[in-house]
Amino acid sequence: MNRAAPASTLENRLAAYYIAIGLLALGIGGLMGVLQALEHAGINLYPYLYPVLASYYHGLTYHGVMMVLVWTTFFISGFLIFVAAHSLGRPLASPGLGKFTFGLMVAGLLLAGWPIATNDATVLFTFYPPMRAHPAFYIGLTLVVVGTWLILLNLVLTYRQWRAQNPGVRTPLPAFMALVTLTMWFIASLGVALEMVAILIPFALGLAPGADPLLARTLFWFTGHPIVYFWLLPAYISWYTMVPRQVGGKLFSDPLARVSFLLFLFLSTPVGLHHQFTDPGVAELWKFLQAIFTFGVFFPSLLTFFNVTASLELGGRARGGRGWLGWIPRLPWSDPSFTAQALAMVLFAFGGIGGLVNASYNVNLVVHNTMWVVGHFHLTVGSGVTLTYMGILYWLVPYLTGRALWSRRLGLIQPWLWLVGMGLMSFVQHWLGLLDMPRRTMVGSAAYLPLRPDWQALLPLVGVGGVLLFVSGLLFFVNMVLTLAASREPAQVEIPAAEALHGPEAGPAVLDRWRPWLTVALALVVLAYGPVLGMLAASAAFNVRGIRVW
Amino acid sequence: MNRNNLSLYIYELAWILPSIAIPVGMLVAITLSAFALGIHLPGAEGRLDPAKLDSTPPFDRPGVRQVGPGRYEAVVIGQIWRFTPNEIRVPAGSEVTFIATSRDVVHGFKIQDTPVNMMLIPGQVSKLTARFERPGEYLLVCHEYCGTGHHVMFGKVVVEPAAQGGSR
Repeated sequence: MNRAAPASTLENRLAAYYIAIGLLALGIGGLMGVLQALEHAGINLYPYLYPVLASYYHGLTYHGVMMVLVWTTFFISGFLIFVAAHSLGRPLASPGLGKFTFGLMVAGLLLAGWPIATNDATVLFTFYPPMRAHPAFYIGLTLVVVGTWLILLNLVLTYRQWRAQNPGVRTPLPAFMALVTLTMWFIASLGVALEMVAILIPFALGLAPGADPLLARTLFWFTGHPIVYFWLLPAYISWYTMVPRQVGGKLFSDPLARVSFLLFLFLSTPVGLHHQFTDPGVAELWKFLQAIFTFGVFFPSLLTFFNVTASLELGGRARGGRGWLGWIPRLPWSDPSFTAQALAMVLFAFGGIGGLVNASYNVNLVVHNTMWVVGHFHLTVGSGVTLTYMGILYWLVPYLTGRALWSRRLGLIQPWLWLVGMGLMSFVQHWLGLLDMPRRTMVGSAAYLPLRPDWQALLPLVGVGGVLLFVSGLLFFVNMVLTLAASREPAQVEIPAAEALHGPEAGPAVLDRWRPWLTVALALVVLAYGPVLGMLAASAAFNVRGIRVW
Repeated sequence: MNRNNLSLYIYELAWILPSIAIPVGMLVAITLSAFALGIHLPGAEGRLDPAKLDSTPPFDRPGVRQVGPGRYEAVVIGQIWRFTPNEIRVPAGSEVTFIATSRDVVHGFKIQDTPVNMMLIPGQVSKLTARFERPGEYLLVCHEYCGTGHHVMFGKVVVEPAAQGGSR
């Protein structure tokens, strides 16, 4: 499928538009991030930015919302539509619904973004009540979530059309994974949707006397942990179904890949309470049960680690690599797309190991809400996910625009600089967390900073790491903008589609059924969350009045 | 199944089994340590109305009191942007139970070098116990965003050499 200009199909256009908005959010989020890192290092630029940024926390709200809600969701929406349509080899079942969904999500984003810009929603991306933001903030975010459901609906309809024409054929792996990702997210997002509709929107509009903060938090984290798999699984789609091709090898095992995605469907949601280990009002038994499930969800990531590494090894050996580790230098390190994703995997592995600490029922007491957690998610969503998405964009943007990447060299420097900057910043953040430094805090101005010379010694390194990371992000954006504006060469890009060494027919046909797996997923959610939510709802008191604290 | 597929299965199995064993082993270690060492998380301690804290025991009288030999109770209220009381004095070797809540928004409650780490949620009572053996000052910080003054919200646990004893 080599071609200079790809067909201007609706799916390709939607992918391009969604991703463009995602990149805008990534840019804004990155600007905010470097300001925070500099503040930690003692360089407080906020006074010069007033009133664009009314406070550190105004910028922090931008950073969180833009990075983990907008950049991720919009990239994923575009990417999954693209992946499913190309892998099934057919257009979206409903082009009208596809366009409407895009419009709805953009409208939601504008609605939520406006009060953020005017400092009327400085509640961070977790928006815990009884802090009360402008109602448009909650309504807008809800519309974005509804948009993701409509994408699922459109892809399910598309899949059913494909299935009717291809009875008995195994679902192509990329489409299977896209559908599992969105289905998992649908189940997971019911929590935050209920929080919005039943608690926050009436509360913000003044229709309810107040909120029940604990019930709201519990519904938030019902969605708030599985959302990380909503971010991660699209990266895994690339690692499983595209990267093996990019390194000249094959996916080691297709059935094992399907099993791991189904395990994510089961285990992503009944784990959210591990974010609330330190919350009062939830009995220890339920926290412990969900700690067990959280360790369970580590298993499919271990399967992924094995399968992807084995696939890379197949590629490295096909390229002439010998010996135990000799295949590694033979991998295509001159390809920005591969290099970014390989380094994303390295950073993500450390993030995964740190995550086990967070999930550990009792050890979590040491790190909960400290900078450790900030270091953790900058390795996971900030690197494993974001650097992988960047790696995908190194081939996808040329594919969608028909223009060759402006600079391959810049595209190679960028991920290595990310590795160094993020490696330094997140390592120091983990360390500061072990020294009790709180997260979500303007720590350079903290009243208690003079009491902690140990923090003061480390904080400049957060600034150095953050600046390196910012420069890396800048290199990425320069490359993307110049690809659009200045690249004269036509792109010679194909969609990487990996074959499997151990193909889909090696697995049992039941892997392609939906009903049994959905039943298991819902049963686990009811088991882990039913009693907790039932008890909290039964004793709920919507009497905590809203307050503006910024 | 041909030989090639069989060897693939063996590789897969050789990875899958340890992948199950490792998380299970970690979970067993955590379970044993949590229960053997008696480490607790905050649990369900009942609800209250945050608008009526001043007339709700024990929050009508925030402060530290001795409840037994070497055992203390510290009742603390978090509100924007301070802890009441913001200094808790106990003698070394004490076991202190922190009973805390929030008057307004969600706050955090973490004491340096101890396993005391909990959220203060309006309407809920948070409770954890820690032993303080070493004299010194232990920083107490709010670790949840609670508004523009979040970074000035802190307190201290002052552990005095045992000989002096006494409580506030």
